[in-house]
Amino acid sequence: MYRYDAFDQRIVDERVAQFSDQTTRYLAGELSEDEYRPLRLQNGLYIQKQAPMLRIAVPYGLLSAAQLRRVARIARDYDKGYVHFSTRQNIQYNWPALENVPKILAELAEVEMHAIQTSGNCIRNFTSDPYAGVAGDEVIDPRPWAEILRQWATFHPEFAYLPRKFKIAVNGASEDRAVIQCHDIGLDLVRNDAGETGFRVLVGGGLGRTPIIGKEISAFVPWQDIITYCEAILRVYNRFGRRDNMYKARIKILVQSMGIEAFREQVEAEWQHSRGGPGTLTESEVARVAGHFVDPAYETLPAEDAGYHRQLADNKAFAAWARRNVRTHKQPGYASVVLSLKKTGVAPGDITSEQLEQVADWADRYSFGEVRSTHEQNLVLADVRQSDLYAVWQAARDAGLATPNIGLLTDMICCPGGDFCNLANAKSIPVAEAIQERFDDLDYLHDIGDIEINISGCMNACGHHHVGHIGILGVDKNGQEWYQVTIGGAQGNQASLGKVIGPSFARAEMPDVLERIIQIYIEERHADERFIDTARRIGIAPFKTRVYADRDVKKKVVNG
Amino acid sequence: MAKLIKNGKVVDDNWQVLPADATEVPAGPVIVPLALWQSAAGELADRGDLGVWLAPDEDPAELADALPSLAVVAIEFPKFADGRGYSSAALLRSRYGYRGELRAIGEVLRDQFFYLTRCGFDALQPAEGRYTDEQLVASLASLGDFSEPYQGAIDRPEPVWRRHQRQQVAA
Ligand code: SF4
Repeated sequence: MYRYDAFDQRIVDERVAQFSDQTTRYLAGELSEDEYRPLRLQNGLYIQKQAPMLRIAVPYGLLSAAQLRRVARIARDYDKGYVHFSTRQNIQYNWPALENVPKILAELAEVEMHAIQTSGNCIRNFTSDPYAGVAGDEVIDPRPWAEILRQWATFHPEFAYLPRKFKIAVNGASEDRAVIQCHDIGLDLVRNDAGETGFRVLVGGGLGRTPIIGKEISAFVPWQDIITYCEAILRVYNRFGRRDNMYKARIKILVQSMGIEAFREQVEAEWQHSRGGPGTLTESEVARVAGHFVDPAYETLPAEDAGYHRQLADNKAFAAWARRNVRTHKQPGYASVVLSLKKTGVAPGDITSEQLEQVADWADRYSFGEVRSTHEQNLVLADVRQSDLYAVWQAARDAGLATPNIGLLTDMICCPGGDFCNLANAKSIPVAEAIQERFDDLDYLHDIGDIEINISGCMNACGHHHVGHIGILGVDKNGQEWYQVTIGGAQGNQASLGKVIGPSFARAEMPDVLERIIQIYIEERHADERFIDTARRIGIAPFKTRVYADRDVKKKVVNG
Repeated sequence: MAKLIKNGKVVDDNWQVLPADATEVPAGPVIVPLALWQSAAGELADRGDLGVWLAPDEDPAELADALPSLAVVAIEFPKFADGRGYSSAALLRSRYGYRGELRAIGEVLRDQFFYLTRCGFDALQPAEGRYTDEQLVASLASLGDFSEPYQGAIDRPEPVWRRHQRQQVAA
């Protein structure tokens, strides 16, 4: 993974000094609340219901064992001994004291971490494919590009006060695992007919109040030009994006109101001035960064480890785990392991300091000292020998991180919701828990198979509910918490937005609602048909009929 | 007398900034709103002590031809979080080649000084009364918040990897 040189380290150290000074001036009354707010937000610091929340950047989801240990120590020293992994691959502390934040940032800087631009109306942390560098379907490794762009975006002087937040994702595999269609800019690494590297660029995607799938603004931007091209997009947005209404301030609204053709023309016109200028990337800079992402020292191993196959045959529980939580790897004899942060009874994405330290130990022992976070809020040991899988499983099981549910119904994406977040309309964690409790039969879960349930506590859609096969959205009705259900959303190459099935539900109804939706699927599915495919084939009507069956009866009685 | 930060130093300022609805141009060094300048450009053209200020939604292109005759161009930040002025400044300095004084006016705060100067402002004018004289002197420290920024901008057009040899990872 990328390691800082003196320039990177100095920037992060100077950031800590700057923010300490700003916080001191704020606490001394020299900076007003309004003046301090964007400064703290651009350092990841929110003032929340219970306490501040501090969001730490995990650039494109990569962490070293040493970083995990430091994150764990900080959680213990300054927080309540656990952290939360967000749907943007970042880490959140839920209970730090404001005065301690500069100290926390200083301790993070010692391990090349920071909270830069994890919130605020600026270019946010870059997200990418958690299987970058190890996936079999990878075309081009996205990590060097994400790092190059991360550096470009860090403290970009022109784009620190955009109309609204700005999120960029980079994918380099044939399957999109970075949700690039739902980002302000989605970058897809491709090769053109001449075999040259470049980017297909999508713009104006996003979830939130107005969910929109991004539109292609360019089919191919040569790699040398990607910085100047992104700069042109950002400049057009910075100048012309709406600032009068925060709900209409994202770039997607600008693109929608101008139309993609007119927007493209503006960007191209802007780009003509900077194209080929000093922002143009050079082979040597790309090579320098790419040098940090070479393959680790893999051993030459047989494609299939005989011992591993024996263990699979001998141990049902291990086999069940391997089936869901182990992924194939480009390197013969290796696999990637997903550590589930979705154990029933634990808030999705939460992990304790002790568990973090254990994960760090396994990373050192079994996976070249690296860990990745996923936007589905799990952790990945990307490079594990097949022959070590059994040992990893045993250790993870003992630590409570081996729930064999990756991609299954209980592996839900869930935002912190009303338990922590100021903006929430409703709680989301208890809904996830109630559903997990209802679907506690592992055989049934395996029978249901691949399904994605995404829960957000409000329209901001941090839980990506629009792209959940089943999406659950907390809504406020006369001060009460209700939940709206959508069906048919999806991430990936076939990204789509779910459709609302009807009036919302009380929290206590949600497990029943889910059960009915699943029953319909079980009845209607063809052999080997995934939930999303059935839902696409039959539409939402059958689900609607079943879910609202009693309501209609009641209504008829009332009306009759 | 009003204070101004010019090229990294606190100096006295004798320019008067006329409000957006001004209709008369008084004698003496004065910075007029774009609309007034446009309506009176002919009469004002020969004054050596004239500046124009732009609101965030006013296009710097409007001033392109007049830049050589202007002693000051100011860009207004009605709110510090309105970032359009950063792009306006960058455009004036790069596309339109403006070399004279470029002044940030309005809600100009020390915590944005670093970004403002990177985008080409050489004059920073916090609202009168926002900072005491001592605070204004102390605020100069914010100009140096970061010593080697990553990306190119107006102050340093080249990104850090063109300005310096960066360390290669040992193979
Ligand atoms: S979706 Fe809403 S409730 Fe959930 S974390 Fe985001 S802002 Fe908070």
